Amino acid sequence: MSSHASGAVVDPPVAVYASRLGDDALILAQRLGGWITRAPQLEEDVALANIGLDLLGQARMLLSYAGEREGLGRGEDELAHLRDERGFGNVQLVEGQDADFGEAVARLLVFSAYQLPLYRGLSTSSDATLAAIAAKAVKEVAYHRDHATQWALRLGAGTDESHRRMQAGLDSVWPFVDELFEGDDLERRLAADGVAVDSTALRAEWSAHVGEILVRSTLTEPAPGAAPATGGRRGVHTEAMGYLLAEMQHLVRSHPGATW
Amino acid sequence: MVTLTKDDAYAVAATVADPELPVLTIAELGILRDVRVREAGTVEVDLTPTYAGCPALEAIRADVTAALRESGAREVVVRIVLAPAWSSEWISAGGRAKLSRAGIAPPTPRAGGPVAVELSVRCPRCGSLATEELSGFGPTPCTSLRRCTACLEPFEYVKAL
Repeated sequence: MSSHASGAVVDPPVAVYASRLGDDALILAQRLGGWITRAPQLEEDVALANIGLDLLGQARMLLSYAGEREGLGRGEDELAHLRDERGFGNVQLVEGQDADFGEAVARLLVFSAYQLPLYRGLSTSSDATLAAIAAKAVKEVAYHRDHATQWALRLGAGTDESHRRMQAGLDSVWPFVDELFEGDDLERRLAADGVAVDSTALRAEWSAHVGEILVRSTLTEPAPGAAPATGGRRGVHTEAMGYLLAEMQHLVRSHPGATW
Repeated sequence: MVTLTKDDAYAVAATVADPELPVLTIAELGILRDVRVREAGTVEVDLTPTYAGCPALEAIRADVTAALRESGAREVVVRIVLAPAWSSEWISAGGRAKLSRAGIAPPTPRAGGPVAVELSVRCPRCGSLATEELSGFGPTPCTSLRRCTACLEPFEYVKAL
């Protein structure tokens, strides 16, 4: 599993897979942290911080494991703080800067409705560590999806203004939906071995959940975009990613080895 | 140098309080999974996190290490084990009673689904079952915020997980 048909040695596929999932969680945790002191109410500050903390915990476990399987001596901190943009394999959905709270709710709804069946599937992975991490995380993500769902319903079926903003948030994140379910060769090979989850198979459950929320909240499913996002898994990111990493990594990079 | 037995070592580790729910010991909370004594006074402790990102885990690791060293362990190795994942069902009966007395509602039994159906959480102050959720996320990862509609007091509730 550690070499291409060409014979070139590449990163062990499991390390790449774990770091992709870890990067999804890490980058969304960073985005959610940006809401602290800026949410519409105090309870929501606490909620978004808690969800971000759960995701950060998942990222730490996944990146630690990725570093272990990679075997180059990189730990969670090196992977989080010392990789450049092209080295991150998160989907583009999680890196976007929220225009307002409606967009934050839309992003969390879309992502958690994807992450929940993903982790549920991964909890029976033939890789014992991935299975344990997923079994732990799936319980947390159930709360995240429930939280985003409650807000989508309140905003969508609320006032004209909350409906308008929730719809606008949904419209903004919709072009990033397809990428969640596109899959690639590495994932397919790992899925065939029972290690990874085939993300193309997750769309039905995602659509059923999100579709029901759209109906109940009187929101309209956005039309498929002309140019859906793709490339995050290969290290290709949107403009927002560089700014996010600059903020997230600058302390560690400016003061190498600093501790407190 | 005192020679610690497995039971001694477990008893010492079991007295360590949870930093975020200090009315509970880590044994009552159900996160102390195992204690083993190796040759040469080395004690191995297995802890499991309540939530993946729980920041209290590092403090608990330090507290357990200090308590065991004070009791004669030469070296303490704390392992974080993920499987099986912690469940709020693991909070002991004594732990549940302590939470209630401290004004924190203990978790209701899990109802099977991915998000537990919250079956009438009892107000830890007045005992009324007429309570409502204020926020699904509270001051620590394992709690949510609720309010009693009878006595009007807000309270924390340890979420079913």
